[in-house]
Amino acid sequence: MQWLNVIVQGVLIGGLYAMFAAGLSLIFGVMRLVNIAHGDLIVLAAYVSLIITQALGMDPLTSLVLVVPIMALIGYALQRGLLNYTLGDDLLPPLLVTFGLSIIIQNGLLELFTADSRKLQAGAIEIQTFKLAQDLWIGALPLIQFAVAVAVIAGLQVLFYRTALGRALRATSDDQPVAQLMGLDTRHVFAVAMALSLAVIAVAGVFLAVRANFDPAIGPARLIFAFEAVIIGGLGSMWGTLAGGIILGVSQAIGAQIDPGWQLLAGHIVFLVILAVRPQGLFPKVSG
Amino acid sequence: MIVEHATRSSRIGVGLIAIAVIVLASAPYWGDRQTLRLLAEMFTFIALASLWNLLAGYAGLVSVGQQAFVGLGGYVLFALAILFDVNPILAIVVAGPIGGLVAIPVALLIFRLRGAYFAIGTWVVAEVFRLLASQLSVLGGGSGISLPASMVLAMAPSRQIREFEMYWLALFLTLATLAAIFVLLRSRHGLALTAIRDNELAAQSTGIGVWSIKFAVYVLTAFGTAIIGAFIFLQKLRISPDTAFSVNDWTAFVIFIAVIGGIGRIEGPIIGTIVFFALRQTFAGLGSLYLLMMGAVAIVVMLWAPKGLWGMIVERLGWQILPLQRHLLLRKKDVRGKS
Repeated sequence: MQWLNVIVQGVLIGGLYAMFAAGLSLIFGVMRLVNIAHGDLIVLAAYVSLIITQALGMDPLTSLVLVVPIMALIGYALQRGLLNYTLGDDLLPPLLVTFGLSIIIQNGLLELFTADSRKLQAGAIEIQTFKLAQDLWIGALPLIQFAVAVAVIAGLQVLFYRTALGRALRATSDDQPVAQLMGLDTRHVFAVAMALSLAVIAVAGVFLAVRANFDPAIGPARLIFAFEAVIIGGLGSMWGTLAGGIILGVSQAIGAQIDPGWQLLAGHIVFLVILAVRPQGLFPKVSG
Repeated sequence: MIVEHATRSSRIGVGLIAIAVIVLASAPYWGDRQTLRLLAEMFTFIALASLWNLLAGYAGLVSVGQQAFVGLGGYVLFALAILFDVNPILAIVVAGPIGGLVAIPVALLIFRLRGAYFAIGTWVVAEVFRLLASQLSVLGGGSGISLPASMVLAMAPSRQIREFEMYWLALFLTLATLAAIFVLLRSRHGLALTAIRDNELAAQSTGIGVWSIKFAVYVLTAFGTAIIGAFIFLQKLRISPDTAFSVNDWTAFVIFIAVIGGIGRIEGPIIGTIVFFALRQTFAGLGSLYLLMMGAVAIVVMLWAPKGLWGMIVERLGWQILPLQRHLLLRKKDVRGKS
């Protein structure tokens, strides 16, 4: 029963990782950009929520109503004002510019908020639990978080395959010059993709901040979790990314159960093993 | 036809380098302790940035995980010195081959990732090394370990002589790294690497074995980076997983140096290191604001001067310090149609 409990907790945290990963995989899919500052933007969202909850006395989950549009705007502006100029055949500019951005966000947050650990207080909901079976309890918050993650993934799936915007995103992803010839403004499409990615990040960042302590330095580790979930799940597949997040969450939970020092290591090792035996990921859709 | 490397500026450049090496080698006679430490630190950053430059600038393998091999080198040194009582200087030499050997399976694994995902893959590897190092309880686990004083004292008869030794060792290791990179780039393989730098697809279509050259460069770079890493931690006399595998110290700064100086040029990291240390000596008191500024400078340079300071100088003035370019000299009989 103890192990079942560990696995269930791992699955639930996997939903959070899937949200980290969905944003990363979305912009990679549309513009082949890997955003090194992804994890730091997640942390930025957590701080934006911290400011809002403190200034307006809002509940963290309610603050999403503001955090999501703010982050989406930041994403749109970031892409239009900076990242669009880095895109091209050369791999180095986007990589190094987002790397510089990561350093700027980390140190900017450090300057504004110091290195102190923060946490968002969600009130009574944090300690509510459901009894699933004998000795198996589930927290209300992890459950909400997982449900939101599934909803976000499903929403992205619908957006991609059922809407005009999704068609524009897919067309740009498939062939940028042709999409442009068909009258799409790819600079705008890229910016919308980044806005979407940061909207997803905003949700993930708030849940991260309610769940555990955060400080300006934890971004890079979130980037790595997101990346591992994407590669485990297989590039280009949203449901694969959810599966990748869950596999990562469960491996970390099992690792932590064996020895607390092995929590992160177990996740990395599962990632490396999958890279060795099945480099295209478990549920791949596109290559490279 | 003859291929010539040297130009007038490179002949002057080589002369200047010879003078600079003599001046730097005699630094213990004119510099104080502070100057020596600063110069030695600069040398190690020139070496690290040159190795990263070879990897990213020439082979197109953008790594944000070279701290894996800096830390590995450091830990090899401490493991050999503390557990097996090996002379630290000898341990530096051993760290190289170990770094290269470890790089082989690592490369086989992460070469499956393309482009930017390769970059994050290298980071995961560095994280794995860091986490494994914190499990090594014989080397202090997560909190790290110092080199025993007896070992440090055994290195040289006095503190001053030890500091001189360390300085000369830093200078030697950096010159050796630069010389190795220079020889590699002047060779047949260097021509192939330059071709890969300029256009990978075209390079492949002319019959260059792109994968094997990249693989070899990755392993060689790990070899060099581990040696420099071992030296860095011999100078620090203390190691911990967080300092050994620090992405800020061994990757962010190194990338900054290469970007500012000029990626894909052997002179770039030297110029970049001088600029980096000048900025650091002036603004380091600002703390995190200074780092923020550094990130912004790197972005601005990447967008408006992607070839860095040295790239701008080369484009405007056509200088080269080291004779690396290849110029075809047509002799009269070539022009007549014989070769």
